[in-house]
Amino acid sequence: MPTSEFIPKLDVDTQLKEDSTFSLANFLANEHGRDLLRFATAGSVDDGKSTLIGRLLYDTQSVYEDQVHSITGKGTTGADSVDLALLTDGLRAEREQGITIDVAYRYFSTANRKFIIADTPGHEQYTRNMATGASTASLAIVLVDARKGVLTQSRRHACITALLGVRHIVVAVNKMDLVNYEKQAFSAIGADFTAFFDELGDMRPPHLYFVPVSALTGDNVVRPTAAMPWYEGPSLLELLESVPAAEAGVAHPFRFAVQRVLRPNQDFRGFSGQIAAGTIRPGDAIMVLPSRRINRVRSIVTFDGDLAQAQTPQSVTLTLTDELDISRGDLIVAPESPAITTRNFTASLVWMDEKPLDLARRYLLKHTSRTVQVQITDIRYRLDVETLKQDAVETLKFNDIGLVKIESVLPLSVDSYSTNRITGSFVLIDSVTNLTVAAGMIRSVGVETIAKATNVVTEADRRERWGHSGAHIHLFGPLHFADAVERTLFLRGAFLVRPEFPSEESIAVLTAGGALVLTHDTSEEKTVRFGSRQAVLSDVDDLLRFLETQAVIAGGNR
Amino acid sequence: MALAATALTHLQLLEAESIHILREVASEFERPVMLYSIGKDSSVMLRLAQKAFFPAPIPFPLLHIDTGFKFREMIEFRDRMAAEVEAELLVWRNEPAIASGTNPIALDTKRCCGLLKTQALLDGLNHYGFDAAFGGARRDEEKSRAKERIYSFRDKAGQWDPKAQRPELWNLYNSRIHPGESIRVFPLSNWTEMDVWQYILQEDIPIVDLYFAKERPMYVREGALLPVEQSFVARLGEQRQMVLSRLRSLGCSPCTGAIRSDADTLPKIIEELLSFRSSERANRVIDHDQEGSMELKKHEGYF
Repeated sequence: MPTSEFIPKLDVDTQLKEDSTFSLANFLANEHGRDLLRFATAGSVDDGKSTLIGRLLYDTQSVYEDQVHSITGKGTTGADSVDLALLTDGLRAEREQGITIDVAYRYFSTANRKFIIADTPGHEQYTRNMATGASTASLAIVLVDARKGVLTQSRRHACITALLGVRHIVVAVNKMDLVNYEKQAFSAIGADFTAFFDELGDMRPPHLYFVPVSALTGDNVVRPTAAMPWYEGPSLLELLESVPAAEAGVAHPFRFAVQRVLRPNQDFRGFSGQIAAGTIRPGDAIMVLPSRRINRVRSIVTFDGDLAQAQTPQSVTLTLTDELDISRGDLIVAPESPAITTRNFTASLVWMDEKPLDLARRYLLKHTSRTVQVQITDIRYRLDVETLKQDAVETLKFNDIGLVKIESVLPLSVDSYSTNRITGSFVLIDSVTNLTVAAGMIRSVGVETIAKATNVVTEADRRERWGHSGAHIHLFGPLHFADAVERTLFLRGAFLVRPEFPSEESIAVLTAGGALVLTHDTSEEKTVRFGSRQAVLSDVDDLLRFLETQAVIAGGNR
Repeated sequence: MALAATALTHLQLLEAESIHILREVASEFERPVMLYSIGKDSSVMLRLAQKAFFPAPIPFPLLHIDTGFKFREMIEFRDRMAAEVEAELLVWRNEPAIASGTNPIALDTKRCCGLLKTQALLDGLNHYGFDAAFGGARRDEEKSRAKERIYSFRDKAGQWDPKAQRPELWNLYNSRIHPGESIRVFPLSNWTEMDVWQYILQEDIPIVDLYFAKERPMYVREGALLPVEQSFVARLGEQRQMVLSRLRSLGCSPCTGAIRSDADTLPKIIEELLSFRSSERANRVIDHDQEGSMELKKHEGYF
């Protein structure tokens, strides 16, 4: 609850409805150009967070009269006046105890933008709740009391939002009215915070803003104020309206997790999902992970007709030119820059369960539309979110944040969280209690390989990329059989060469470079020869099995 | 040369999120159902379900909890829509309570809702063994809804515990439950009342005629308009009059007040909404029976 002395009396009648000549056509035209920004707020009740959000809702005419009426004279601000903090205090239990239990979502709009606020409590279980609120936010407001300066709590909030990949962080220095609107307090907090952000290193958010406000009086929240002539920047709302909404990702490589295969009849097979990055058009080549098969988009199907183009984060259904065995959990990607398919990666974990992390057992990991069993094999460190120190620990407890190594039973196709928040994130689920026990952000994949990849490309790198080792395969059989083999391997993403005039030297050079060299002699019977080994084949699948047993190609994804 | 990507509107973004949720539930649960309440939010949810699975049919049935006090037009509309979208429609009523004459005046509204809505809902879900149930609730409707997850976990008795909600990050939803437990799913969580109306306009979604203003018989009591639908609503000496009016949200006829309005088209409704000074549930008697009443009802298993 606000503790300040001065409570302005709000004039409900004039505030709620500032009538002007209304044109529906204009309104709807505006609506069409309206985008969406999700932001999170961090700070405690003492910092005036509830009052600030109440102020944003109230001054943008986003609350109804009966809602204002229902709180008038209640709360701590006395009869007849409105305690704006009560507009946002949700649950009965919370009002009775004066605390906030959980993340609450609020909505308001201006002429240009719709806003979704994830309002996260500052006190109890702050890490878990803040991480939840920040996970979908493009921007976070960290609230600081002008009288108190940067507290350890403010540093925690800033660190967690940065860790969750929020790119725009606004430090709102509140209660400026209680420090006589003096620049001194504001500047000192700005300097302290900037120093802390610089310590974050790689995690430092790219955009940092400072705004002096008074939530109680409304100064600089929605409208600019005359009380702080030394401040020339935008009001908080002006800032919220001006930062780019989350259209980032449209230019990134295509990512699309298959949620569902639609098969209403024999003539239609579509793959439904939400585009996690990039754009797609009919005719585009795609790769399916983990099989690495290459295919092409035939159409983008929606209820409203086929689309000429779709982009993140639209939900669509794709049909492909080749009939492939694709199922829920597969990831469709841009073939020129696919996600990495791996069973080992390093991730930041936010531990959210009362029961600490158990290194001896398996957890379920849900990543996009795929759920697999994993084991945490190592805790690299626990991050102290106040000092940013990396502590060596045996386990992670409730609200701890740490860096861990994870080994998955089945391969996952992933990106790093800094590249893609959807294909780089996961949750861990306890398979006994069914609770969500941790949130994870993938930091690096196959660390050793990646370190090497900066200089020399290795055999392992090539195998990872193409799905096979360099090898020379000689086929006997009808010509169409050789063609079918070439097609199949090509669709799997193989680096395949079928030389017209093979020589020993050229084959050696190609296989050393990681290529699969295919040569062929026509005969009745189908046979394959690889080195000194030979096998009789009945079909292409037989050949794939043979290559798997010879460890030329990776098994399991035929 | 790639076409320039254009920024999506907020309605496109909300639609994409809702469709993702609908598909996720249909793919991860054994026996999902969509609670269909016939109102404008249900109408939007139904359209989103058509979109999510097109060209395949909606892969789960619709369930209507019928209290016996729904407006006649609502029931007609329900049957017509179910046929039109080719969905299986199930109707569940608490027949013993209805037979014993349960109504909001004989009982109080709280106990009436408890029997005809909450109990009927729990019995219906239980009878068919549904493990996930979509509801059209939005977080902007009411304070306790603002704290609801998109996947709202319910124990074996269908109860909500706000202090023990599962964390919900990114677009990753935890669908794991033990036998007997269930998840209520709210695909419209992030929609506001205005979003719903604009989407209805944009997509040309059919809605019940009661939303549009027209001369309707009403009992006028202390400025409130009570629709003439059930005779027991009238007090002694109260006369019905024709009033140009409409309903802003649809519930049971004895507990849903109408508003005076001449908004007989969607644009007029949107225009009227922009000028409204009270929230849409203000005309619902049931939410006001006691402080935090929605929260208590949710504890007991309500949506």
